[in-house]
Amino acid sequence: MSRDLSDFRTVLSEDEINRALARMAHEVVERNKGASDLVILGIPSRGVPLAGRLADRVSSVDGVDVPVGALDVTMYRDDLRLRPARALERTEIPPGGVDGKVVVFVDDVLFSGRTIRAALTALDDVGRPRAVRLAVLVDRGHRELPIRADHVGKNLPTSLRESVKVLLSETDGRDAVLVGAADDVVHHADAGEAR
Amino acid sequence: MSPQTVLVKGARVLGGEPADLLLRDGVIAELGQSIDAGDARVVQADGLVALPGLVDLHTHLREPGREDAETVDTGTRAAALGGFTAVHAMANTDPVADTAGVVEQVWRLGREAGHADVRPVGAVTVGLAGERLAELGAMADSAANVRVFSDDGRCVDDAILMRRALEYVKAFDGVVAQHAQEPRLTEGAQMNEGELSGRLGLRGWPSVAEEAIIARDVLLAAHVGSRLHICHLSTRGSAEIVRLAKARGLPVTAEVTPHHLLLTEELVATYDARYKVNPPLRTADDVAAVREGLADGTIDIVATDHAPHPVEDKECEWDAAAFGMLGLETALSVVQHTMVDTGLLSWSDVADRMSFAPARIGRCDAGTAAQGRPLAVGEPANITLVDPSVSRTVDPWQSASLSRNSPYEGMKLPGQVVATFLRGRPTVEDGALT
Amino acid sequence: MIRHLLSAADLSRSDATLLLDTTEEMLRLTEGRSVKKLPTLRGRTVVNLFFEDSTRTRTSFELAAKRLSADVINFSAKGSSVSKGESLKDTALTLAAMGADGVVVRHSASGAPYRLASSGWIDARVLNAGDGTHEHPTQALLDAFTMRRHLGDLDGRKIVIVGDVLHGRVARSNVILLNTLGARVTLVAPPTLLPLGVENWPCDVSYHLDPVLPDADAVMMLRVQRERMNAAFFPSAREYSRRYGLDARRFGLLSDEAIVLHPGPMNRGMEITADVADSERSVIVEQVSNGVCVRMAALYLMLAGADETADDVHEGAA
Repeated sequence: MSRDLSDFRTVLSEDEINRALARMAHEVVERNKGASDLVILGIPSRGVPLAGRLADRVSSVDGVDVPVGALDVTMYRDDLRLRPARALERTEIPPGGVDGKVVVFVDDVLFSGRTIRAALTALDDVGRPRAVRLAVLVDRGHRELPIRADHVGKNLPTSLRESVKVLLSETDGRDAVLVGAADDVVHHADAGEAR
Repeated sequence: MSPQTVLVKGARVLGGEPADLLLRDGVIAELGQSIDAGDARVVQADGLVALPGLVDLHTHLREPGREDAETVDTGTRAAALGGFTAVHAMANTDPVADTAGVVEQVWRLGREAGHADVRPVGAVTVGLAGERLAELGAMADSAANVRVFSDDGRCVDDAILMRRALEYVKAFDGVVAQHAQEPRLTEGAQMNEGELSGRLGLRGWPSVAEEAIIARDVLLAAHVGSRLHICHLSTRGSAEIVRLAKARGLPVTAEVTPHHLLLTEELVATYDARYKVNPPLRTADDVAAVREGLADGTIDIVATDHAPHPVEDKECEWDAAAFGMLGLETALSVVQHTMVDTGLLSWSDVADRMSFAPARIGRCDAGTAAQGRPLAVGEPANITLVDPSVSRTVDPWQSASLSRNSPYEGMKLPGQVVATFLRGRPTVEDGALT
Repeated sequence: MIRHLLSAADLSRSDATLLLDTTEEMLRLTEGRSVKKLPTLRGRTVVNLFFEDSTRTRTSFELAAKRLSADVINFSAKGSSVSKGESLKDTALTLAAMGADGVVVRHSASGAPYRLASSGWIDARVLNAGDGTHEHPTQALLDAFTMRRHLGDLDGRKIVIVGDVLHGRVARSNVILLNTLGARVTLVAPPTLLPLGVENWPCDVSYHLDPVLPDADAVMMLRVQRERMNAAFFPSAREYSRRYGLDARRFGLLSDEAIVLHPGPMNRGMEITADVADSERSVIVEQVSNGVCVRMAALYLMLAGADETADDVHEGAA
């Protein structure tokens, strides 16, 4: 992203992101009554490093290595035709697969819910998990589908005129969540979710 | 139309100083300054160049046989609009113009249409099959008075047949116009052979296939002492061979088409069959060479090779498309653009390359319907008035031809034929047919 | 991404890399999965317009389109305007009326796909599936993909292509694409089977096979039709295979890591011997399976998204 982010204000610092992830890791273990049978799948692009971090923390909470992978949803999106075709991101299903497991999707921002809908469809083609849960670093509202997150780092009420940027050291050199004015006037939540 | 008296005022004769020309009874009655109009109709020609009516040695009128592509009437309308007062109609019609009957029919159709003199070209061999000589003498003796013989579209590749044809036409001062294309080297050929044909995957038409035939025919003509005319010369090598032949004093003449003076093979990369022609568009170096050749007299004339084809024969795959391009209505503009505006030819040279010389080669420069005569008192009033200062965008849909296959579509070309007079009678006035 | 895939020359290095990377993902998504179908092109119509028989290529494109859930119409137009059947234009107008989003064209006339794409007769995306002796870009992509899987990045790799370059569309597309990807190509053929001007192509040319084999990372053998000897392109099939065939002795000249490719169909005993074709370092069968994924990638990138001309108010890609 070549945008100048100088006008953006920080809503989550590096420390706050770390604390949010730690809390979410505990919630995941608690909800699941342990880390066994868990498979954590990040949704590209920034969901993938977040999934890795969450899996590390879950493993250290419970002392079990949690399988972690990535699920690209590009080809399952319902808005494919609204923009030029994009490069696919890597899908990486851990060797044990997802059948009978509890899958936790990890994404950076939950907005319209369409990405998660696409992820659910994509997961259908991978296998049949026992349950699917959703962990997001930021929930900015404006849902267009009946989808909610099970684990949320921060609830962040936003305007559709705003843009939420999640920066991660793995991809952006630093950790932060920023809010600023959107490039274009956003007419609906889905458009704002476009990356 | 009954003969009328016309006074052309202030035309630059052959591009020289302005003068008046009085056209009466089909001839130039007076030529000079401030001629009194009397009862003559006055045509204001300030700034216009007066040329002798243009003569095309190479036109496909398609009639008989392909009246969907062109007729003698529509083709000669296009000719008049292009400034021509005479065209030589090629023999590859259906039936082929290989008998006195067919050439007389074409000649008569031309007379009836009245837009330009039609001089039929006779086939060299029966049915253009390259096997036995057509009745060349009968065609020469017919009312059509044929003097040019050609299997154009096909090469007379059989050396003994070519030799005999060259010899035989001497009896009536005819000339064989050779379509120089070695057939085995050009089987299935689609475009100039070179790096581009290799890249486009189109079968190559090598320049050597033209040059080899020209070289052979020059030697044959020298051997039997006959005139030889080379159709649509297109390569540097061909120009060099003809230059050598002329240096030896051999009676060899050659023509170049407007499209070979302007267009190059790069256009084929569009796979747009408007650019498919035989011989094919060549390289920029060949274009430079044929321009030089035309300028220094190696190449005697410009001939259009006007080749109309219906839309469906061009709107298809390249391999399946027909060879050929329209040329009559754009020839003078292309010559102005490539030769006059570049300083290679004067307007008086243009008169030579597009009127005097082609009429001489076709032996229609004498007699009752003489063409290609000087603009002088007592000469036939075949005159083309061209405005070199305007330019126009070519739109084949405005063409008088029945076909639309102009390679210049959308191009801006200089010069506009304002009027054409055939023996004193205007066939074109104000840029439109009368 | 490009609008039409007509020539390997249409692809920039980043386009080509995107296509190959996308192919990689297509392979991962379809390999070893129970569900091989992706919903990506649901509601899109892909027409396989084949003016020339090619069961292999047509099947490959058909499978690729079906795996992306496109509706596939096989339109076999054997009677092209060449044989005075329906013209290319009328066929195109028919396909446009059917609402084709993508047209995969195979034609014996060079440039026919180009004509279709630039004529204005039809608005669909056009993919060249082989035109005359011009190009076969998806074949080159699958060859490059297969090589990349075995050799890694092709930058600086030495690829030898042997056989009938003059009449072949595969060699043409491969030279262009491999050069774009940074590989160094050497064409090997008798001079009669090389086009005029080949010395200006972005590759080396050799009339002899033996000297170029030891350095090669991959050798691609092209089909040579025996009938070419009747047109004096070479004296006899035996002399051709002796001078240019890949047999066990020449195979021994290759490095241990070098791979052998053939776009098929093979003339066993002519340009390649059976033992070489069936050897462990022959990736010929893999080329076929990779072909489906390459075509999925091309169809996805060309047909899944919006037209670039569409009003696009979204944020740019990250």
